[in-house]
Amino acid sequence: MKTVISRSQVKGDFVNKVAEISGENFFDCYQCGNCSAGCPSVDEMDLLPSQVVRYLQLGLEEEVKNCKSMWVCAACMMCHARCPKGVDISKIMESLRVLRLREVGAEAHIDVTDFSEEYLARAPQIAMISGYRKFLPL
Amino acid sequence: MEKKLGVFICWCGSNIAGSVDVDLAVAEAEKLDGVVHAENYMYMCSDPGQQKVKDIISEKGLEGVVVACCSPRMHENTFRKAASSVGLNSYLLEIANIREQCSWVHQNNKPLATAKAVSIIEGTLDKVKENLPLETITIDLTKRVCVVGGGIAGIMSALDLANAGYDVAIVEREPAIGGHMAQISQTFPYFHNIPELLQKKIDEVSAHPHIKLYVNSEVDVLDGYVGNFNVTIKTQPAFVDPAKCTACGKCLEVCPVSVADEFNRGLSQRAAIFCYNKTEGAKIPVLGQNDCLHFVNSETDDNDKCKACVDVCPENAIDLGAIRNLNEEFVGAIVMATGYDLYSPEQMPEYGAGNIPDVIDALAFERLLDPSGPTQGQILRPSDGQVPKKVVFIQCVGSRDPERHKAYCSRACCMYTAKQARLYRQQVEDGTAYVSYMDIRSDSRDFEEFVQAGMEEENLVYIRGRVAKVIQEDGFLRVFTSDTLSSRQIVIEADLVVLAMAMEPKAGIRELSKKMNVTIDGDAFLSETHIKLYPVESSTKGVYLAGCGQSPKDITDTVSQALATAGKIQTMFSNETLIADPLIAEVLDDVCSGCGICIDICPYGARIMNDFTRISDVNQAVCQGCGACMAACPNKACELINSTSRQFIRMIGDFAGKAGAV
Repeated sequence: MKTVISRSQVKGDFVNKVAEISGENFFDCYQCGNCSAGCPSVDEMDLLPSQVVRYLQLGLEEEVKNCKSMWVCAACMMCHARCPKGVDISKIMESLRVLRLREVGAEAHIDVTDFSEEYLARAPQIAMISGYRKFLPL
Repeated sequence: MEKKLGVFICWCGSNIAGSVDVDLAVAEAEKLDGVVHAENYMYMCSDPGQQKVKDIISEKGLEGVVVACCSPRMHENTFRKAASSVGLNSYLLEIANIREQCSWVHQNNKPLATAKAVSIIEGTLDKVKENLPLETITIDLTKRVCVVGGGIAGIMSALDLANAGYDVAIVEREPAIGGHMAQISQTFPYFHNIPELLQKKIDEVSAHPHIKLYVNSEVDVLDGYVGNFNVTIKTQPAFVDPAKCTACGKCLEVCPVSVADEFNRGLSQRAAIFCYNKTEGAKIPVLGQNDCLHFVNSETDDNDKCKACVDVCPENAIDLGAIRNLNEEFVGAIVMATGYDLYSPEQMPEYGAGNIPDVIDALAFERLLDPSGPTQGQILRPSDGQVPKKVVFIQCVGSRDPERHKAYCSRACCMYTAKQARLYRQQVEDGTAYVSYMDIRSDSRDFEEFVQAGMEEENLVYIRGRVAKVIQEDGFLRVFTSDTLSSRQIVIEADLVVLAMAMEPKAGIRELSKKMNVTIDGDAFLSETHIKLYPVESSTKGVYLAGCGQSPKDITDTVSQALATAGKIQTMFSNETLIADPLIAEVLDDVCSGCGICIDICPYGARIMNDFTRISDVNQAVCQGCGACMAACPNKACELINSTSRQFIRMIGDFAGKAGAV
């Protein structure tokens, strides 16, 4: 599969929005892979954290938009703590989620009925609130 | 009396003539005060152009000349030489830069560019009117050299200089010369045997009639200036008399102290009295004052203090009462070959260095490879002395990490890692070597082939990704990394981890650089004057740079730079005296109040308070004519010769008042 890359894509609206919301310059990233090496959630991700940043550098909007990784990211910030270039990937993941959730007709990425009564009874309130904030359309 | 002035305007082909009306400029110049001749020519710097300038100077008896052409950096020297060849003092010729500062930047407006060119010429004429004829300054030159650091850089530049017949003093902080190279077993890319190579050079140094070696020594004070430095060298007390010691080794056996051996990177223990390394020059033991019980227990009564080594020595060669020495060396030039340290692995807690014994740095691995090292050249892991079957070499540890460590690339690690991994595979046939890398920088002769051969013939497994962490678990070292090429998180269960730590400037370089008055960069590497054209000159005249103190590099580059330094110094020494530009600061004796502000502000240490007259003198040999004192002086007592404030105010008046009037 060939991918055509253009300037309008690399510096396109989508990429600019991610940069603006996250406040991160993903061109700082030199793809060392340290984030992916230490990420505890990689097993559930389809794209490695470093790959998400790489796709953003190339402006590959569709691939990034539809990745599972942004929903899996727990924002533990291990990647940021170790990043030699100081890129905060959890902020990038958060801005990707926000962009998805702001879309017209955005789907919920959590369904409260999926959780057992027993789990809900012992889940801390704050966890539920941040879960809704993270996974539900605004 | 008005000087007779001449103006020569160069077309520079169409570079100037394309946007400046050179005929109109000549006509305007002719009208200016004192001008007796003005003309233009297509290329004034050409031979016929220069001849024109010479002819007119002689013919009309010119007493001042302005050449309006390109930047003075290009041809000031050309025209000044031409002028002095026909008897006009070269400091009475000035360049009016009407190319870089006029025609090139005003290509679309010929009338204004012409007007600006004329005002630049006018201003420069006004400067020439007050220029004094000057002679160059002569400075004495002591043809001796002090080399700070006895690693391979210091050794090679000292040998070159000594072979040229100049006396050299090498100042080495450690008990023996050889530096880090003595810790390394083989070179890349040809697996040359280092102990053999190095020992030859060390022997040459030791036997050389022109080289004086100060080991256990440091530069204490530096006075003076280029051609005339006075270096005070502080030498630690020599507790063992080399004239009496027979290197029998009895003292090493009786010493009750056991500490980690720095030379072996902590892989072995040594006594407080010890041989620094296995080179010939280090056969006579040295006594480490910080470890020796005699000195550590300074409270104890003299009779009870440990004297085990003194008592056992059959030659009475040990004197614990020895004191340190101060020596002075008068030299004309200094080589800063101060070298590097490895960045401390303890800065990388996520890799377990310092906690996990089998996580070692690259120099420690070199010690394992050395046939005269702590394991006789066997690669054995420190924790249990077993042969490691899986070794992970991690590159860029502390390097290329602007967020937390060093932003720069340490340059040698890609290659020595490949070398170490290949040597490991050659020794341990059933072993696997993994190399964690970000980029492979193999940018020199046969380097790329060397790395490729490692992958092809010795099956080194290169994995592209930075390691996140190393933990000890279930009897293994678990190395968590990623392979960005296959987009996978990877865990390797290893027996030994080798960290290619960043190189950093030698400890104490900040204090030393202040003593030597040389500038350092943000990472404390010694700064050169110009990375391309003056790569071995420091910010202070007469002080030169060689080796890793200037930036990380491998042995090849270090030796090249050391030899370049020696060549530079020999060029300087090929003259009987030094010649300096007379365009320097001067002091108006009756205006200077002796406040001393200029002394603090001078970046070259050229201003000295005269204790007798209480005014601030200028050291003509050191002053570079930067003008910092002139700007700082609250009384306007400092002037730059031929760039006085009076001259500059007139020039500014010309530029401000007349521009656009044509």
